[in-house]
Amino acid sequence: MSVTVGIPRALLYYYYYPQWETFFNRLGVKTLVSRETTRGLLEKGLKSTVDEACLPVKLAVGHVLDLKDRVDYIFLPRIVSTARREYICPKFLGFPDMVRNNIDNLPPLLDYKMDLYRKGSSMYNLFYAVGRYFTRNPARIYMAYQASLKSLHSHYRDMEAGQLPVETGDKHNRKECDVTIAVIGHPYNIYDRYISMNMLKRLRDYGARVVTADNLPEYVLRAEAEKLPKQLFWTLNQRMVGAAFYYFNRPEVDGLIHVASFGCGPDSMTGELIERFARRCSRKPLLSLTIDEHTGEAGMVTRLEAFMDMVRWRLNLDNVAASL
Amino acid sequence: MKIVYPHMGYMWICIKAMLEYLDVEVVVPPPSSKKTLLLGVKHAPEFACMPLKLNLGNFMEAAELGADTMVMAGGCGPCRFGYYAHVEHAILRDLGYQYQLVVLEPPQKHIGELLGKIKHITGHQSWRKVINGIRFGYHKAEAVDELEKTANYCRPREIKPGTTDRALQAALKEVIAADTPEKLPAARKRAFEIMRSVPVDRLRPVLRIGLVGEIYTLLEPFTNQDIERKLGGMGVEVDRSIYLSEWINEHLFLGLVKNKRSSKTAREKAVKYLGHFVGGHGLETVGNTVLYAEQGYDGVIQMLPFTCMPEIVAQSILPRVSTETGIPTMTLIVDEQSGEAGLVTRLEAFVDLLARKKQTGEVLA
Repeated sequence: MSVTVGIPRALLYYYYYPQWETFFNRLGVKTLVSRETTRGLLEKGLKSTVDEACLPVKLAVGHVLDLKDRVDYIFLPRIVSTARREYICPKFLGFPDMVRNNIDNLPPLLDYKMDLYRKGSSMYNLFYAVGRYFTRNPARIYMAYQASLKSLHSHYRDMEAGQLPVETGDKHNRKECDVTIAVIGHPYNIYDRYISMNMLKRLRDYGARVVTADNLPEYVLRAEAEKLPKQLFWTLNQRMVGAAFYYFNRPEVDGLIHVASFGCGPDSMTGELIERFARRCSRKPLLSLTIDEHTGEAGMVTRLEAFMDMVRWRLNLDNVAASL
Repeated sequence: MKIVYPHMGYMWICIKAMLEYLDVEVVVPPPSSKKTLLLGVKHAPEFACMPLKLNLGNFMEAAELGADTMVMAGGCGPCRFGYYAHVEHAILRDLGYQYQLVVLEPPQKHIGELLGKIKHITGHQSWRKVINGIRFGYHKAEAVDELEKTANYCRPREIKPGTTDRALQAALKEVIAADTPEKLPAARKRAFEIMRSVPVDRLRPVLRIGLVGEIYTLLEPFTNQDIERKLGGMGVEVDRSIYLSEWINEHLFLGLVKNKRSSKTAREKAVKYLGHFVGGHGLETVGNTVLYAEQGYDGVIQMLPFTCMPEIVAQSILPRVSTETGIPTMTLIVDEQSGEAGLVTRLEAFVDLLARKKQTGEVLA
């Protein structure tokens, strides 16, 4: 009899899902990813979370609830750190506990921690601990882990080649576009179609090519983030800041959109730094959007349209100036 | 060089003593007030937590008094505080303030970085003198904490309302006035005599409430709207889970001073509900709530600034702790919008509830 492990379509799913799926499938375990976000799914999450939690956390709880009755286990790793001397965010550290203490009748949680904070630590600890649930054969776990790493790296390569997560066979980016917009935000905000109100597709419909931090190799992001007076200790925000600084200096990028969720702690700091950098060192238009469960679609559309108009206007202005 | 550091409750007493002992010129910003907060709110990022906004206001107010070097603590996450100094500095620079920034934090490469910064502030005094200065500051923090603890004991039991607070202010003045380590023991003795002279009714029944939460909100009376005094006036004996000297001992001296309350027990108690540290005092908040329940306290109040990440994790776990241990808990979130009347109403309701629960408990027993 085969068991099913549920993977919530939330938080770091967008970075790691190829790895997680490959790992479980190699061990002969079925995986079930929660359904795409809907209003109903988010509402469920809202009811089981404290008001002050940020949107991504509420949403992730909704995804856990979506899986609750359909799977034998839920894969909810406690992601402490994904790089040396860095964290994701305090809420990620406590997320499995927030879930466990607020939802009754949960299937067993696979909440082993992934902690790469210290030198020499490895992701393997997490996978070994999880793998032990399904096989007693360490070699099988190791093989599955190796295969999962391969999927992860090919996923990275795809992203660096211009593809965005959760878009396979993406043709949008090859469409005729006259402007390029960099979207800077947490992966779980900008890639979730419901939460971002389909922002990426909307931008493409307006004729923009979209790039994000994930299209840049890690070393570029890190090198750019070195411009900060002190190294940031949040991995995701370091990526965001690095990408913002990089795209501000690229001639082919015509505008930037910074997406933050309401009450997001790290974003409140890095958003401020990005805005100050934009004002001091760049002429590129920057749009800051804050989203939460109350955001209306009309408001978002208005802002995006106005922003696109401004980007094009600025572009024409530059072209005229160049021809003089 | 005129040094300024932000306010956090009575911390200024301890740092001022330390730096002035080392012949460093210090500018103490005016006590945090509505004006401080308004200044901060105007220029800080909207979703930054209240401590950042107040810090910023402190620095701006201190600049008017001639401060030119800001000293801040740092950190390496995951709580936002670790990055505050740099964000504040960037904001102040854009506003045209000419501040020099010194961040005291765990060094990234070599311990020399930190030692160099200390040397820079202290103007190349000998290490021996620096260490004596630190000890002096620590002893002051200890004295202030003891006074505050005594005041928390006296307040709900005082015969004439208001005597404790007047005595506390007088006693603090004695401690502040002691400008050398030699004068401190005598000043401390005088201060305690003042506190002892407060007439109290030792047999009066009181409720006991534990305060848990984020350190800045707990220590700074402006942010928590003097919650300890308010509760004291309602006949509640308050125990704060974090005192400055305990925090210094644990985080800066790494537990060098023995026989001090440490958060280790609290962290162990929390494991059942929260399996990993989450930065800030999130883990301690959960653990201390369990501890207060075990020690027979009547209730626990958690305080946090709006958008504080570690405390939100704790907040979402407290309901479960409350159900399982049976201790009533209440969460108070503060930001620049918090009003006094709202706080008082909620405190009164909570205290009423606890009194009622205690009464019925005694009837049943």
